Amino acid sequence: MKLFKRLMHLCRRKSPFLFHLNSGSCNGYIEMVTCLSPRYDVEQVGIRLEGSPRHADILCITGPVTRNTLEAVKTVYAQVCEPKAVVALGSCPCSCNVFAGSPVIEGPLSKYIPVDVYVPGCPPHPDAIIEGIERAAKILADRGVPEASKGETQR
Amino acid sequence: MNASLLFHLFLFPGLLFAIPASWFYVWGERKAVARMQRRIGPPLLQPFYDFVKLFGKRTPSRHGIEADLLLLWPTLSVLSMVSAIAMLPVIFYGRGFSGDAILLVALLEIPSICYILAGFTSGSLFGEIGAIREALLSVACNVVFLLSIVTIAVTEKTFRLADFSGASSNPGHWIGVFGILLCIPAKLRLNPFSTSSAEQEIYAGPLTEYAGAALAIWELAHGLEWVALTGFVAILMMPVAGAWWLRAILFVVISFAEVLLLSTFAAATGRLTLEGAIRFYWRWAAILAVLAFLAAAYVRFLS
Repeated sequence: MKLFKRLMHLCRRKSPFLFHLNSGSCNGYIEMVTCLSPRYDVEQVGIRLEGSPRHADILCITGPVTRNTLEAVKTVYAQVCEPKAVVALGSCPCSCNVFAGSPVIEGPLSKYIPVDVYVPGCPPHPDAIIEGIERAAKILADRGVPEASKGETQR
Repeated sequence: MNASLLFHLFLFPGLLFAIPASWFYVWGERKAVARMQRRIGPPLLQPFYDFVKLFGKRTPSRHGIEADLLLLWPTLSVLSMVSAIAMLPVIFYGRGFSGDAILLVALLEIPSICYILAGFTSGSLFGEIGAIREALLSVACNVVFLLSIVTIAVTEKTFRLADFSGASSNPGHWIGVFGILLCIPAKLRLNPFSTSSAEQEIYAGPLTEYAGAALAIWELAHGLEWVALTGFVAILMMPVAGAWWLRAILFVVISFAEVLLLSTFAAATGRLTLEGAIRFYWRWAAILAVLAFLAAAYVRFLS
């Protein structure tokens, strides 16, 4: 049983699948795409961009959470299956950046969903993004499926 | 039930070989694509990590017939692929379970049908779009696939897999093999014909609603499809004679070479539209396949 747990820990750390959600961002999104380009080769550490939030382990959110995207952020977070981790990419989801105080901005992100790793920067460097994702994968592997989470994954 | 049948089903090329081989082939595919893009690519155990990790995920709770069906489709695909792989006459040539090529073709078609049904069962809009695309693509490529197999059968004068396989000096045989190779990208949903899964474009196609263990079984089924289809072509290219271990090694080497060839081709091409893919198969490939079949039939009746 202990061996199985160690194997599962290793596999969770080595294979983080990403789903990227843009909640009204500008350059954070572009830097995220850069980090998935051949130059940075994230596949070396097992990172794979997935098309569906159902397949993902790590939810990468960019943008200051605008009023229009708030419901989408909550829905997509609920659609990702446990165990999951959230990475806030860029200064916008961390602090709303220069948009703080705007009437159409609902952020920062941590008001609505629990954030595990913050990668600030406007935009953050792709190397920093990759490190953030790696850390999130480690947090996710250490945490495992939380016993406390009685709430079911949204259908 | 005899010993050689059990050996084929469970050891080689059945379960014990096929599952690690499916991970190895999927790694080969990803590595070849990475090397084409001048990347280093994933580590050797990456498909294994992904598989185990997906089993540890919690899945959305579903009830009733929908939940059972969503699990049934990938399981059925895995079972049909393992049976198809076990049918390939690699070691016990002409002994054991000697089915015919028609059964093999039917088994090879099951994952595609399950993929379509999975898209419709999931109830997701993207799943349905992907399922329709897969259905159309399957109709398009199967014309060429079946004509290629019939061409080989006419050339070899049999549908029995054991007699049908093995390298032949007859040009009709090799035209048929080429036709089958032409259809494999569509059957595996590889790049020029990846419209049905079309990641990022229609989310994840028919698998959009899949998560956790069911998704892991789908990934396994896809890997086994690689083993079955490349293995089928490998037994058509292998010489009949030789020691059993030599045949086994040759089988693996030829299959893996096909994996590298197909994934390099996939990395070098962009995704065709559905019309483009159907036009390719029905206008160009089908005409060549019909000509090859007529030539093979003509030669056969002449002799």
